[in-house]
Amino acid sequence: MDYQPPPFFSRGPAPLVRLGFFVSLAVLLMVLDARFRYAESIREVVALLAYPLQRVALAPGELLGATADFFTTQVALKQQNEQLKAKDLLAASDLLTLESLRAENAQLRHLLDARERVPRPSTLAEILYQGRDPFSRKVIIDKGSQQGVEPGQAVIDDVGVVGQVTRVYPFLAEVTLITDKEQRTPVEVVRNGLRAVIYGGGDKGTLDLSYTATNADVQADDLLVTSGIDATYPPGLPVCKVTKIERDPAYSFAKITCIPAAGTDQNRQVLVLAREADLPPPPVEAEPRAGGASKQKQRPRKRE
Amino acid sequence: MAYFEQPERILLRVNVSYMTLTVVLALLFNLLPWHDLVGVPDMAALVLAFWCVHQPRRMGIGIAWFVGLIMDAGNGALLGQHAFAYAFLAFGAITLHRRILWFSLWQQAAHLLPLLLASQALMLGVRMIAGGAFPGPMYFAGSLTGAALWPTVTFILLLPQRRPESVDENRPL
Repeated sequence: MDYQPPPFFSRGPAPLVRLGFFVSLAVLLMVLDARFRYAESIREVVALLAYPLQRVALAPGELLGATADFFTTQVALKQQNEQLKAKDLLAASDLLTLESLRAENAQLRHLLDARERVPRPSTLAEILYQGRDPFSRKVIIDKGSQQGVEPGQAVIDDVGVVGQVTRVYPFLAEVTLITDKEQRTPVEVVRNGLRAVIYGGGDKGTLDLSYTATNADVQADDLLVTSGIDATYPPGLPVCKVTKIERDPAYSFAKITCIPAAGTDQNRQVLVLAREADLPPPPVEAEPRAGGASKQKQRPRKRE
Repeated sequence: MAYFEQPERILLRVNVSYMTLTVVLALLFNLLPWHDLVGVPDMAALVLAFWCVHQPRRMGIGIAWFVGLIMDAGNGALLGQHAFAYAFLAFGAITLHRRILWFSLWQQAAHLLPLLLASQALMLGVRMIAGGAFPGPMYFAGSLTGAALWPTVTFILLLPQRRPESVDENRPL
């Protein structure tokens, strides 16, 4: 005769069994998210749950900021006004030459039959908070898919490139900074037009110009700007400045460290640039075998 | 041992809505804009561990897993990373729950510290495998402050259960 404990002592499956179940569920989710990016729909649903909490958590800070704004002294405003006026005067001369240069450039490009560079539509967004994830460098901005923000768009501030939109929620978007370890930005050296790809340095807040030959013509204080080849970033936006170059003949590549030009950790207001609409289709890769299946495996590309 | 030194209070029945409220508030604490502040404790982990120790029949690995999922979505971390760590934390706390309450509060905190550290180490390991950047040794400071907050958290979370059963008008205390 088998003995069953009375039902009021029943506690369900043993903790170890539950642990095994939930851990395997978590591992499954992590693999789906990290390797295949299939977990985005689950993330969106759960993020919708977290959204009210996020807004409430941000409310005290916003209230504090608004109060501080209200009590800004007249003297401070006056000083700022004078500074801005002086700056404006300095910028005006540059602006005049810029206008003429732009007209000249347009004409020359027209002559060369090059595609004219259209200024892209952009959205002004505010950085709400820095992600609490210590393993990556990401910020959350207050514009989402409802305001037309899409994954892959470039994010800039008044000085240069800040990062790229990597994930979009209905009212928020996640921007991966160019200093993130997983972020790549196509750049060129202003001085000589040398093209390269710059890698985020992770926690140090710097960037690394990896896989550049030891004898490449890069000098300290060189300014690197976006090359615009990927059509994600408009060409010519400052990205970073070279600070340190280590050329060790034991390695085939130089170790070049740069600091970002834009205030990747400072500014609150950023500009989200729309992607160029009329991109030529990517070239079709030559098929490896004649008569092979024409089905090409296409993984969703997150970052270009 | 605290149990023999001071009389133990008989606590009231726990209110499930209060448990829910504390978990939501802990999540709110975690989602506050902390920027790069070092040593901010993981309040959700602490509260989950507390309820796992004190109410193992009402709080469990499944709830901890789900709270972790919300943390992941809210922080933009790898989906499942916090869920993984919190499930382990809840398991550890449930395993310890018969033993840990016989100790004084600070000894309980010492029991909790390895649990919190282990959950952080799990997250670190997962993220290193997924290609994250090492955040530096100060990453683990959050566990230290978390364990140091254990007596305070215990006091606050047990407050509703310490109320008198029926208020006597003639003897308010």
